[in-house]
Amino acid sequence: MIRLEQIHRDFEVGDQIVHALNDINLDIAHGEYLSVMGPSGSGKSTLLNIIGILDHATSGRYFLNEQNVTDMDELAESRARNRHIGFVFQSFHLVPRLTAAQNIELPLVLAGIAPALRRQKVQQVLESLSLADRAHHTPDQLSGGQRQRVAIARATITEPSVLLADEPTGNLDQKSGSEVIVTLEALNQRGITLIVVTHDKNIADRSLRSLQMVDGRVVSDRHGR
Amino acid sequence: MIASDIIAYAWQSLSRHRGRSLLMLIAMGISVASVMLLTALGEGARRYVHDEFASLGTNLIIVLPGRNETTGAGLNAMPGVTPRDLTLDDARALARHSAITRIAPLNVGAVEASWQNRKREITLLGSTHDLLKLRHWKLAAGQFLPDMEWERTTPVCVIGKKIRDEIFGPHAALGQWLRLGQNRYRVIGIMASEGRTIGLDVEETVIIPVASAQSLLNTPSLFRILIETSSRGAMPSVIEFATAVIRERHYGEEDVTVITQDAVLQTFDRILSTLTYAVGGIAAISLVVAGILIMNVMLVAVSQRTAEIGLLKALGASRQQILRLILTEAMLMSLVGATAGFVIGIFGSWGIRLAFPELQVYPPFWAILTSLLVALVTGLLFSLLPAGKAAGLDPVRALQGR
Ligand SMILES: Nc1ncnc2c1ncn2[C@@H]1O[C@H](COP(=O)(O)OP(=O)(O)OP(=O)(O)O)[C@@H](O)[C@H]1O
Ligand SMILES: [Mg+2]
Repeated sequence: MIRLEQIHRDFEVGDQIVHALNDINLDIAHGEYLSVMGPSGSGKSTLLNIIGILDHATSGRYFLNEQNVTDMDELAESRARNRHIGFVFQSFHLVPRLTAAQNIELPLVLAGIAPALRRQKVQQVLESLSLADRAHHTPDQLSGGQRQRVAIARATITEPSVLLADEPTGNLDQKSGSEVIVTLEALNQRGITLIVVTHDKNIADRSLRSLQMVDGRVVSDRHGR
Repeated sequence: MIASDIIAYAWQSLSRHRGRSLLMLIAMGISVASVMLLTALGEGARRYVHDEFASLGTNLIIVLPGRNETTGAGLNAMPGVTPRDLTLDDARALARHSAITRIAPLNVGAVEASWQNRKREITLLGSTHDLLKLRHWKLAAGQFLPDMEWERTTPVCVIGKKIRDEIFGPHAALGQWLRLGQNRYRVIGIMASEGRTIGLDVEETVIIPVASAQSLLNTPSLFRILIETSSRGAMPSVIEFATAVIRERHYGEEDVTVITQDAVLQTFDRILSTLTYAVGGIAAISLVVAGILIMNVMLVAVSQRTAEIGLLKALGASRQQILRLILTEAMLMSLVGATAGFVIGIFGSWGIRLAFPELQVYPPFWAILTSLLVALVTGLLFSLLPAGKAAGLDPVRALQGR
C-alpha cells in the first residue's frame, strides 16, 4: 500500500547538504501498525512528511495505493492528502477559534461535503472517541488528552487509509498518553494503517512492526512483537 | 469547499481578530463615505445653481437695452451715443416669430405703496399676462394680470407675500385698493413665495400691467423683454431674429443685448461637474490608501496564522483553496467596510441636507457605484499579495510556524 523506493531527501543548509533521508526502501502493507524510532535528527519526521505528501523526496519513487505520488501535481497531492492521509501532530494543531466539532469537520469542509452529511459523520466520530459532550468546547477548554483525541477524530473523519502520528504523546502525561495510544490502536484494529513516530520504547514495543532510524537510514526493521 | 463554508470560515477568522478587522473596516468605510459625501456636495452645488437658473424659466431669451461691453468697443464707449430705448412696439415686433410661445415686456421701478396708514417702499414690476408662466411663478391666491391689450392700463395689481403681510397684516388683501404713487390699484392676486434667490425677489414685488407701469413711472422704455421659445433648438434662430428685428427698428444700430440663461448655466454646470469629479477622485485616493492598509493587515494576519495555513494544507487544502480563503477574508472586510461607508454616506448627506435644506445633497449614483466597486477591487488587488504568500507556504515549515 505504501512503497518507498530509494528515497532521498536532502536539505541545503548554507553550503552544506544534510541527508535527512538516505536511500529509504520501505513497503508497508494495508492495516499495518508501524512504529518509527531513532535519535533526534535521524529523519523520522522527514519520513513521515514524505509519506504524508507534505514534503517531496529529492529523488526516489513513492507509491501510495499503487499511485505514483512523485508524478502528482499540487491539486492531486492535496486531494490525496485529504482522502487518504490523516495527520496527528505532537502539538495537536487545533484551530483555537473553532470548537471541537468544527475542528473535526475541517477536512470534510475542505472536501466540499454538504453540512448535513458532515454533522452526521462528526457526531459518529465524536461518539466513538467519547468526545460527544465536548463537541462545542474550544481547544482551550479541553485537556491535552482530549485535544489529541479531537485531533485524531479530525485525522480520521475522511476515513483515510493511513494515519500518521508524529510523537502523538510527546506533549501528554503518562495517563492521557496511553489513552491516546489505545485510541490509535483501536483505529488500527478497525483497519487503518497506523504509523507512529515515537521516542517511547513502550509504545514501540506494542507495535507489530518497528523501524529504527539513524542518520537518515533504516538500521533495523523488526516484524512481530 | 462550498461557498458558504468559505465565507463562514473567513468570517470566523475576521471576528476572532476584532481589532484589526475594525481597523480595515474603518479605513474602507471612511474612504467610501468621503467619496460619497464629497461628490454629493459637488452634485448638490451643481444642482443648486442649475435649479436657480432653471427657475428663471426654460428656453428663456432675455433682451436688454445696451450693447454688451464684452463684445468689444461697444456703443457705450462712444461719447454722445446713448442706446435707444426698448419699447412695447419693439416687443410686439418680436412676438411675430412663430417659435416664440410667450413674451413678456418688463418694466421696473421703485415706488411707495400704501394702504390705509401703512406704507412701504416696493419694487414695481410692469408686465403682461404671460410673465407668470414664463417665469414659472405660482399664485397663492386670486389671479394674475388679465390677458389683454398691452397698451391698456387697468388699475389692478398682483402683490408679493411679504407686501401682503406687511401692508395688509391680518386683513384680507384680495379686492382691496392699494395706492401706488398717485394711483390706486385693486389687488387681484397674491404671489406664492419663492425659495429662489437669484433674480427678483417676488415676495417684495407688486406687479401691474405694463402700460400702467409706464405711465406710473413716466417712461416708455422697457427694462427687459423676456422671450420663451417653443424648444431649445429654436433658440438660436429666435436670437438671430430678435437681433435683426431690433437692429432694423433702431435704424441699423445693434443697441441691445440678447442673452440666454442657458449659456451661463452650461458654464456653471461644466465648472461644478469638473469640481465634483475632482473631489471624488481625490477622495478615491483614500480608497487606495485603505487598500494598502488592508494589504498590510492581511500580511500580518497571514504570518500570524502560518501554522493554521500549514494545518489546512495538511488536511488537504489546495493552494487555490488557501488563496480563496484569504481573498474572501479581505473581500468580506472590504464589503463590510464599503457597506458601512455607504450607510455613513447616506446618513451624512441626510445630515447635510438637514443643516442646509437649500442644497440637494444626494450622492450621485455613479459615485456610489464606483466607490463601492473601487473599494472591492482595491480590497481584492491588495490582498492578492498576502493571499499568494499564504498559498505558497511550504506546509512542513508552516506547521512549525516558520
Ligand atoms: N527544513 C529543513 N531544512 C534544513 N534541514 C532540515 C529541515 N528539516 C529537517 N532538517 C534536517 O533533517 C534532519 C532530519 O530531521 P527530522 O526532523 O526528520 O528529524 P527527527 O528524526 O524527526 O528528529 P526529532 O526526533 O528531533 O523530531 C535533521 O538533521 C534536520 O536538521
Ligand atoms: Mg521529528
